[in-house]
Amino acid sequence: MLARLALTGFALIALAACASREVSPAPGGDAGVVIERATGSVQVLDPARRAAVGRITGLGDLSHAAVVYSKDARYAYVFGRDGGLTKVDLAAQKAVARTVQAGNSIGGAISRDGKLVAVANYEPGGVKIFDAQTLTLLSEVPSTYGTQGQRAKVVGIADAPNDRFVFSLFEPGEIWIVDAADPRHPTVRKFENVGKEPYDGLITPDGRWYIAGLFGEDGLVLLDMRNPDAGPKRILNGYGRGTEKLPVYKMPHLRGWAMAGGYAFLPAIGRHEVLVVDATSWQQVGAIPVHGQPVFVMARPDGGQVWVNFAFPGNDTVQVIDVAALKVVESLKPGRAVLHMEFTTTGDEVWISARDDDRVVVYDTATFARLAELPARSPSGIFFTWRAQKMGL
Amino acid sequence: MSIGPLSTALWRASVLFALGVLAQPSSDAQAGQGVTAPSAERSEEILRMVRQDCGSCHGMTMKGGLGPALTPAALQSRPADSLVATILHGRPGTAMPPWQNFLSADEAAWIVQQLQRGLPDAR
Repeated sequence: MLARLALTGFALIALAACASREVSPAPGGDAGVVIERATGSVQVLDPARRAAVGRITGLGDLSHAAVVYSKDARYAYVFGRDGGLTKVDLAAQKAVARTVQAGNSIGGAISRDGKLVAVANYEPGGVKIFDAQTLTLLSEVPSTYGTQGQRAKVVGIADAPNDRFVFSLFEPGEIWIVDAADPRHPTVRKFENVGKEPYDGLITPDGRWYIAGLFGEDGLVLLDMRNPDAGPKRILNGYGRGTEKLPVYKMPHLRGWAMAGGYAFLPAIGRHEVLVVDATSWQQVGAIPVHGQPVFVMARPDGGQVWVNFAFPGNDTVQVIDVAALKVVESLKPGRAVLHMEFTTTGDEVWISARDDDRVVVYDTATFARLAELPARSPSGIFFTWRAQKMGL
Repeated sequence: MSIGPLSTALWRASVLFALGVLAQPSSDAQAGQGVTAPSAERSEEILRMVRQDCGSCHGMTMKGGLGPALTPAALQSRPADSLVATILHGRPGTAMPPWQNFLSADEAAWIVQQLQRGLPDAR
């Protein structure tokens, strides 16, 4: 419905402006945003029409950015590099609340009931919890570690059941669970020494498992959010088998997950490989050789394919892994500096941002045909509103 | 770091070499470092790389991310030659990778100069 309303962008703006009441998208409305990282703007996307329907500016430094959605998919919460948190109304195409809540941030999460937004900060290190409706600050959890009062960079924040958030601390290698059932007085449970330099984390689509990737050693950390008492356990330990790592020119991103065909597909650090692990036993099944060092490894919603993009200098390429065959079946060149990929709701299409060619390219995932190109200024993350109904996104 | 002196020597040698071949741009004379600017086209390419690819960790505006800030204030007290060595060879034991396959010593020296002065505003 949003798409149709926005079909005549003028009508929408006129309606929003004149009536001074906002236009609601229908429940489950199909829309999205693409981050324009160099200009601090987002474009509102209409996936059904393969079109951008408007641009919202003034969102600060989006050179690194992330987005979560309200449960009704109407509002996008945009987390910027400069600590900016902006609540954007996709229907009215404007920012409705904004706070610069830290000096340097990496991303955030929304609670499963949609009432709380938590932001992961590098500077000052910690997590801040906000009322999702008003962006009023409710509480802060400083990521203090060790004996000197240092604060760690917080990475890999995700929603967990019962008003909890889970995240990792880069420097000391810890995983913390914050219970925000009383959001003004959150409590923290800490798991120390989980591994060297966790750089990102994810919650599996079933909402159960938190996985943190390690930069400082070969392996990942698994925590059962249904039974955290069992403690963190190491998976894919020593996956490189002692061989020398290549230099890493961009950290992989774990959020967006790739669970498909009973496997989890994960980026290897410093290797041209996608790691495959059995999602029941958490034992390694294999490692698939790919074009470069993976950044995003994302499963098509039906689990039939996994799409991978790569770090500099291999960032002009996207590869497709066939899940049944566990090998690369297609290599595409969408443009220079591919930063992100996003599937449409059903996965018939994938939208890919090519930063240095200032465009978003739409592919058919069955035929690999190039269906459309949309102009965008230094585009990075693409986020469709189907995420509103998913855990861990 | 054992590679520091070697890279410093290499850098000095290459800067001296470059000075011998090219006239020193007058705008760089004030820094007194004898840094040679790359061609206009290459400069643009390098600045893009600094903002976008270095920016993956250091922030597109150099205010820091997983890697430290590279603003003039942050770099003020750091000797240029050690920064050049860090760019070329990385810092073992940290996430900083070597860039010597993508940048010459001259180009790394020029980047350090640009960072210490503050990156130009152009996009």
